[in-house]
Amino acid sequence: MTAILSTHDLALTFSTKRGPVEAVRGIDLAVEQGEILGFLGPNGAGKSTTLRMLTTLLAPTRGTATVAGHDLATQPRAVRRKIGYVAQSGGLDPQERVRSELVLQGRFYRLSRAEAEARAEELAVDLDLTELLDRTCAELSGGQRRRLDIAMALTHRPALLFLDEPTTGLDPGSRADLWELVRRIRDEGTTIFLTTHYLDEADALADRLVIVDHGEVVAEGTPAALKERYGGSPEATLQDTFIAITGHGPRREEPAPLTV
Amino acid sequence: MPTVLADSLLVFERYARQTLRSRITLIFGLMQPMLFLGFFGPLLQDVPLGREGDSWQILVPGLLVQLALFSSSFAGFGILIEKQHGIVERMRVTPVSRTALLLGRTLRDVALLLVQSVILVLAGVAFGLRAPLLGVLIGFVLVAVLAASLASLSYAFAMRVNTPQEFAPVINSINLPAMLLSGILLPMALAPTWLDVISHLIPFRYLVDGVRAAFVGDYGDSALAVGALAALLLSAASLTLGTRLFRRAGA
Repeated sequence: MTAILSTHDLALTFSTKRGPVEAVRGIDLAVEQGEILGFLGPNGAGKSTTLRMLTTLLAPTRGTATVAGHDLATQPRAVRRKIGYVAQSGGLDPQERVRSELVLQGRFYRLSRAEAEARAEELAVDLDLTELLDRTCAELSGGQRRRLDIAMALTHRPALLFLDEPTTGLDPGSRADLWELVRRIRDEGTTIFLTTHYLDEADALADRLVIVDHGEVVAEGTPAALKERYGGSPEATLQDTFIAITGHGPRREEPAPLTV
Repeated sequence: MPTVLADSLLVFERYARQTLRSRITLIFGLMQPMLFLGFFGPLLQDVPLGREGDSWQILVPGLLVQLALFSSSFAGFGILIEKQHGIVERMRVTPVSRTALLLGRTLRDVALLLVQSVILVLAGVAFGLRAPLLGVLIGFVLVAVLAASLASLSYAFAMRVNTPQEFAPVINSINLPAMLLSGILLPMALAPTWLDVISHLIPFRYLVDGVRAAFVGDYGDSALAVGALAALLLSAASLTLGTRLFRRAGA
């Protein structure tokens, strides 16, 4: 197996009025080509911050990373051409129509107008959005909006797709549909880097887990291996395993570090 | 460089369409200068204003600068809302030029300002403004440059704050003094020396004087040259700073 993403000592320290805050303290991890990597951690563990560094949105204060064959620090543009990213909040303008969002995204990926329009139709068919193309994003349901977010991120057939808590706020039916979709995207050849704090989601989707807490990797391995090692047996729940590793549940309620 | 331009046009197109859909934006920015034109302008008609030109040739250039000052400095407001929807980040993860994300928006603001300026000048003509066409066009160029400068700074600033509550007070506390000190409503020629001295520190003052010189057809007047120079320096500084902050923001 070859790694499509690897980091070495990746760290980010925010400077705030109350002094420096170490959001991410030096992460080493690798994502293998073709896998679904579940990136787990309690709220405030540094999941989103790590993701935002790997997607060129935040500059690391230390460390290096290679993403989809390119150096994160020196070739951010090449990285952007190879990755797709769906943020927790999505990225749709409520007043824009579904079609115009898809077409503009295609144009941003350097497609001609005609190509971008054709690609929009194709993605709509693929992600079951055809009926919605002429609606505004405000008129979509939560599940439909998520599908559109993912369609936008797939515009350029990225090698690596980052999904930041993709099912947060979705109803159970839409969640199940989205899991199905994520598996399908992986089966079609896209590697997936997924953060979540739903343990059933990680258990159901991920081939391998990396668990972070306080900005550091605290455990990694397949769900079965982690359960056996930390939960006591392969039949242990991921919940118990997680608590054994981090000392608390995944939804620790404390203020997340400032994300700008 | 051509990529930046092509990308800027893409971005411009999107935001221009959004602006055309909500005509309220057009009218909203025009409200204040229109009120000054209608309810304040007539008061100046027989007042000696200490400089060449009739009262409309002095007031309307001031109102044009005021329009640019207020509408452009609040341009960043839109991006605050987009940030909450994740739109800015979504775009920044694509290969689109980050400079173009700023320039395209700024271009929309300049276009909007020019439409508003035409309406304002036409309304001025209805009230009694008479000015040479060339002078008016020069005036438009100067306020367009001013608008581009302020809008890009406003966007860059908006990228660094998280809520409208942090954004609006800062802009307001800069705008009002800047407006009063640049002699937008009445020429600074009327000011006592100390006030005149302070007002020379405000770059917008030179623009107001420049546009006024253009409106009376004094193309050789040093005020026009100084105004153009001020606009040029301001835009060079603001666009450099604006694009740098905007590209880096979040980092």
